[in-house]
Amino acid sequence: MDRNHLLRQVAYMKNSLFDQGYLDREQFTQLEELQDDANPNFVEEIVTLYYNDSARLIQNMEQTLVNRPIDFVRLEEILHQFKGSSSSIGAKKVNDACTQLREYCSAENTEGCSRTLQLVKQEHAVLRTRLETYFQMVREAG
Amino acid sequence: MENCFTSSPRNDTFNPAGLRVLVVDDDPTWLKILEKMLKKCSYEARLLFEAQALGNTFLVIIGKHLRVTDMLTTCGLARDALSLLRERKDGYDIVISDVNMPDMDGFKLLEHVGLEMDLPVIMMSVDGETSRVMKGVQHGACDYLLKPIRMKELRNIWQHVLRKRIHEIRDIECLEGFETIQLSRNISDLSDDGHLLTGEDLTSIKKRKDFENKDDDKDYGDPLSTKKARVVWSVDLHPKVCESSCFNRAMTCDVCLTEVGPKKILDLMNVPWLTRENVASHLQKYRLYLSRLQKENEFKTSVGGVKHTDSPPKDSNGSFGIQNPISMQQTDISNGSYGFSCSNSLIHNVSPKSVEGDLQGIVSVPVTEPKRDLSVDVPDPLKARSSQRDFDCFVPPEADISFTAFDSTIPTQFSWCKVPESPFKHECKPLQDGFNQLPLPGPQHPIQNDHKQSVPSISSKSSVADRDIEIKPLDATCRSHHSNHASPTGTMIDSFSGQAEVPIASHQAFEPISTTASSMKNQGFNPSSISNLDSAQRNLNRGIGSSLATLDEDLKLYWLQGDCLAMNLGLQDIDFSLYDDPLLINEVPFHLYDSRFDYEHPCDPAEYSVVDQSLFIT
Repeated sequence: MDRNHLLRQVAYMKNSLFDQGYLDREQFTQLEELQDDANPNFVEEIVTLYYNDSARLIQNMEQTLVNRPIDFVRLEEILHQFKGSSSSIGAKKVNDACTQLREYCSAENTEGCSRTLQLVKQEHAVLRTRLETYFQMVREAG
Repeated sequence: MENCFTSSPRNDTFNPAGLRVLVVDDDPTWLKILEKMLKKCSYEARLLFEAQALGNTFLVIIGKHLRVTDMLTTCGLARDALSLLRERKDGYDIVISDVNMPDMDGFKLLEHVGLEMDLPVIMMSVDGETSRVMKGVQHGACDYLLKPIRMKELRNIWQHVLRKRIHEIRDIECLEGFETIQLSRNISDLSDDGHLLTGEDLTSIKKRKDFENKDDDKDYGDPLSTKKARVVWSVDLHPKVCESSCFNRAMTCDVCLTEVGPKKILDLMNVPWLTRENVASHLQKYRLYLSRLQKENEFKTSVGGVKHTDSPPKDSNGSFGIQNPISMQQTDISNGSYGFSCSNSLIHNVSPKSVEGDLQGIVSVPVTEPKRDLSVDVPDPLKARSSQRDFDCFVPPEADISFTAFDSTIPTQFSWCKVPESPFKHECKPLQDGFNQLPLPGPQHPIQNDHKQSVPSISSKSSVADRDIEIKPLDATCRSHHSNHASPTGTMIDSFSGQAEVPIASHQAFEPISTTASSMKNQGFNPSSISNLDSAQRNLNRGIGSSLATLDEDLKLYWLQGDCLAMNLGLQDIDFSLYDDPLLINEVPFHLYDSRFDYEHPCDPAEYSVVDQSLFIT
């Protein structure tokens, strides 16, 4: 009973993540489908891996904006990597922010890049919090 | 036919389960996901991310050729991938690789794999822009997946493996059928289209279009059986093919370059475990590769440094004069159109930088006009070559590719040539630079002082290269030759000199030329630069006179060039006497041989190294 309640909550949380555009439904669902007895916490592992790696990428991107002159090419490269990584878990809002950043980067708009990079960071952090809560609930639900 | 293919049942059920996939990606998240996905498809996946732990593994020729070393300064994921694939030649059925990777451009890896191992490669990227996808396809990717990747897309990758195997069988069969007709062709067809013809003929006959990216490597996997040993066309083998083709052609004056059949080549190569099908398939790939390189070269800016002196030697053979040819060659070389097959490796990059110009030029310019005289040819090809730089491919980074601009003393050391001698690995680096500068392997080396430009051989080479679709193989052979004789890992120069010294029975004259790896480009004759050249030339004259057959001059050129490569000075077995072309002998022997030798030398180890370099140097 309790468990069912928890399970429903998990489902609810997940759906809201999808509906609010934080996560891409198809991709995330596919990840969940990969989860099996051999890898019972597969999705969580993937998300953890993603956050570890992407933190580094964000840091690198920030560094490029600090250096002078700004290496926009490098920034775009890192961004490309970051985007690819984010697509792995279906981080939708993060990816949208990345697209914006990419445009500013192409235009070599320093101020625009700084601004949107902050936006990327923000979305990145928000999603992380949401997912942490989500996985906690998943664990509780067993 | 002992062909394994023929014997392998085509109708056998292809069981996708257990497909061995190598995934190359620098994103750990994706690697993990893909691994899981592949496992769900019952494939065996190996992630090449852990490979990074290998550290700066020195991808020293893991495979026989294609030194990936040299410029690999950092731990390279893609390099690790290549080395892994080379180590276990039959270890994987398909490779899935990301396009953007830190150490190497995914496209380069793609080419490498395609050429060396003939494995189907699937590209993936988050970027689905049409131009990127097209580039992937052009480089031979079997498929291009967009990230995020879906399960259903992965489930179907096995069809690429099956398709490739079926094609291989088919190709071989086509080659066999084609062989019989070839011999009767007239050499004159060789002209420019020589290469084209070959390619075209082959393709038309074989209806194979998917060889675009596979030139050198021949992979004989039994389509249905994953256990079939693959024939890796290492630098040792490839040159042999060149050799034999050239040789063959030499023997049958009227045989069109393209007509040299695998059987002949096989016989000439005298590699016991090799089958005709292996050769046929490889040959075809090579030709296609050459033609592709040639096209690429055409677009490539002429190699820097290379001077297109172009004094087109159009004049009769003789008039070609060493000078002319050299200049011509230079230009050609610069063009990089030399598809020097030296590097079996992917010469994908036809960048002037590689010395490859010379070597590659030869290769890439497979379609040089077959023009009758050497002189004529030489110049032409050269010129044409200038636009193309096939050098990229092969420039073995290792050798100090002295190819840099011929005009001036070709500083580049024959990276190509040298390659064989010393392990490219380290040397490759320098080569790169060298190559870049000069496509023409001007023997800048200290050895010779200024042969560079004058090396007519280069031009001749180029012309030859063009014509000779097989050039590639020649390169390979040359390369091997180089290695044969030159074993010093020292600088190219050393190798070259060493090479020069290697007395080539018939090619003596060539020796000097070839040795001057740098002069390779110059194919033409680098009198000054190559001390060896002098001797080589003498030899050449001797040899050429007798050996030169009445083959079409062009043909000869090609052969010469190709032979040179193969001959690597060490190719004593190549009997120039076959090429009894009076013209050649008289007039251009130098050039031709020179160039050829040049190619040879540079091609080999150098080429590989160079190629590697270019490959990795994104």
